[in-house]
Amino acid sequence: MQAFTTLDSAVIPLDRANVDTDAIIPKQFLKTIERQGLGQFLFFDWRYRDGDLSDPNPDFVLNRVDLQGAQVLLAQQNFGCGSSREHAPWALADYGIRAAIAPSFADIFANNCVQNGILLITLQQETIDTLFLAARAAPLQVHIDLAAQELHSADGQHYSFDIAPGAKHKLLNGLDDIQMTLAHADAIRAFEAERRRQMPWLFREVQHG
Amino acid sequence: MTAQTLYDKLWEQHRILSEEDGRTLLYIDRHLLHEVTSPQAFSGLRAAGRKLWRVDANIATADHNVPTTDRAAGIADATSRLQVETLDRNCAEFGVEEYGMLDRRQGIVHVIAPEQGLTLPGMTVVCGDSHTATHGALGALAFGIGTTEVEHVLATQCLWARKSKNMRVWVDGTLPQGVTAKDLVLAIIGQIGTAGGTGHAIEFAGPGIEALSVEGRMTVCNMAIEAGARSGMVAPDAKTFAYLQGRPHAPQGDDWERAVAFWQTLHSDSDAQFDREIRIDASQLLPQVTWGTSPEMVLSVDAKVPDPAAAPDPVRREAWTRALEYMGLQAGTPISEIAVDKVFIGSCTNARIEDLRAAAEIVRGKRKADSVKAVLVVPGSGLVKAQAEAEGLDEIFRQAGFEWREPGCSMCLAMNADRLEPGERCAATSNRNFEGRQGAGGRTHLVSPAMAAAAAIAGHFVDLRRWHG
Repeated sequence: MQAFTTLDSAVIPLDRANVDTDAIIPKQFLKTIERQGLGQFLFFDWRYRDGDLSDPNPDFVLNRVDLQGAQVLLAQQNFGCGSSREHAPWALADYGIRAAIAPSFADIFANNCVQNGILLITLQQETIDTLFLAARAAPLQVHIDLAAQELHSADGQHYSFDIAPGAKHKLLNGLDDIQMTLAHADAIRAFEAERRRQMPWLFREVQHG
Repeated sequence: MTAQTLYDKLWEQHRILSEEDGRTLLYIDRHLLHEVTSPQAFSGLRAAGRKLWRVDANIATADHNVPTTDRAAGIADATSRLQVETLDRNCAEFGVEEYGMLDRRQGIVHVIAPEQGLTLPGMTVVCGDSHTATHGALGALAFGIGTTEVEHVLATQCLWARKSKNMRVWVDGTLPQGVTAKDLVLAIIGQIGTAGGTGHAIEFAGPGIEALSVEGRMTVCNMAIEAGARSGMVAPDAKTFAYLQGRPHAPQGDDWERAVAFWQTLHSDSDAQFDREIRIDASQLLPQVTWGTSPEMVLSVDAKVPDPAAAPDPVRREAWTRALEYMGLQAGTPISEIAVDKVFIGSCTNARIEDLRAAAEIVRGKRKADSVKAVLVVPGSGLVKAQAEAEGLDEIFRQAGFEWREPGCSMCLAMNADRLEPGERCAATSNRNFEGRQGAGGRTHLVSPAMAAAAAIAGHFVDLRRWHG
């Protein structure tokens, strides 16, 4: 996984509350058995007219000429609500989004973003409103420093943000969770053995066919 | 010892270790797999040369993509077929037990696990699906995970998690005639909003929950995620034990006695503290109908479509305006005058035998309105389907002009061939009314099975309390 240290980018202001995972990536694109390739379908129903990939909707923010290549999404409350499908962060990551800023994010989505190297920054609603105002007319450049937990916007504002230490460590180092967990294999085995002793009914014979 | 909530107990009983930053390594007892969120997890294992930590903890079924019509011909859509075949192949390679498309135990993953006794009180249950909260109805700690976590559970039997806050939804009173568990949970979401439970584990408790059947409790817990909570739960009681006894994977003999004795300890202590508590009086509820594109946009059937000008804040005014435009509705229209084009009875929320009985009771001896183009009844599993047929429910539906289908997720999310056309309006017993959820441009109104059945007959929503067909 790509490590996240600092990032300089314009923000893409998506001014809608409760953007759900079906809006981020509609379910007709979930039948892939790969992780890559979903970026072109990100926000599909809003981004293209009549479901036609060759007919981008000029009113949708992702299609703004001056925001092409931007890697930071600015969103409203409860972003990412709905499904647990990881296709939503995969689509965001594949499009090139590396960070998102909002007043709040849905729990499962937030977890999935960390697993895919996407930094989520939660800021107060008033701060978000200020950023939207600044980003509306022309691209607003921001500098994100994860180690310092700071966001600097090009209009001279500085914001600090909170992040759980575990998530920060993972993002900064681009770590794989499974490797980290298997370092505790003995503890897991001991816990499991005790559980099997106390509650044998939780363990069963596997049937096939 | 300090007083604990049910969630505190379940959490502590599965805690292997905690890091200084508060992350806890939780042991996972049951892992449910389906074809949409598992392929990339298996390919990740394969790429890293990893094996499953504990094969018997896993169970798989194909549900999202499977056709609900005749299955002998296989799956017509190539991408759907590839996903289902990939699951078959992965399960065979890694030794995971699977209820394949032609197995009579196949069905929606959240219907079949309780049905088989694969979900038990006191377990941790995870699945790459947000409606995993359903299993909390049996007193399990159950929550949805992403594909990276699916891979992690397969490889380690554990998950890193951070403890949620405790929230209790206390339900006073009991539901009036014609008002169901679905109406109750929709009303709760209407009250607290789709982010009302974010960061919390919700325990549903009180006389109104105790009075529900175990299946009704599943309907309530199923939609905890629609209130923003990853998990919902109900303390197990005599109804839970009666529901489980004799199921294929439920404990037997001495184990059963020991298990029940343990399960009886799984409840919040009387003096346990909750970070947040809300109360709702079930006896005051009417049948609920969603009017917008978020489950929190819900009203009683006797209400009128709201005016965005009356929204409590600018964010909601904007959301309501957008929702009315998408839904093709005018502010002030009585809910009961909204006509539907299609009706969907099914999904992990409402496709169990009691749901089908409730719908059949409304339908018996009647026919669908001519204006309603199609009514799909999609049982939650092969065993629910067999039970319904043994009771003659399929005949009641067929005689009413409804379609009786094979089990699966179907038109809840339209990944298979069952979907709405742009602009079509649907009364659905599922859980999400998001834009495009049931098909691009489709308009979804979430209701209970009885309300959906009545809408199919009348052609529009009706107040079940005053409606006689």
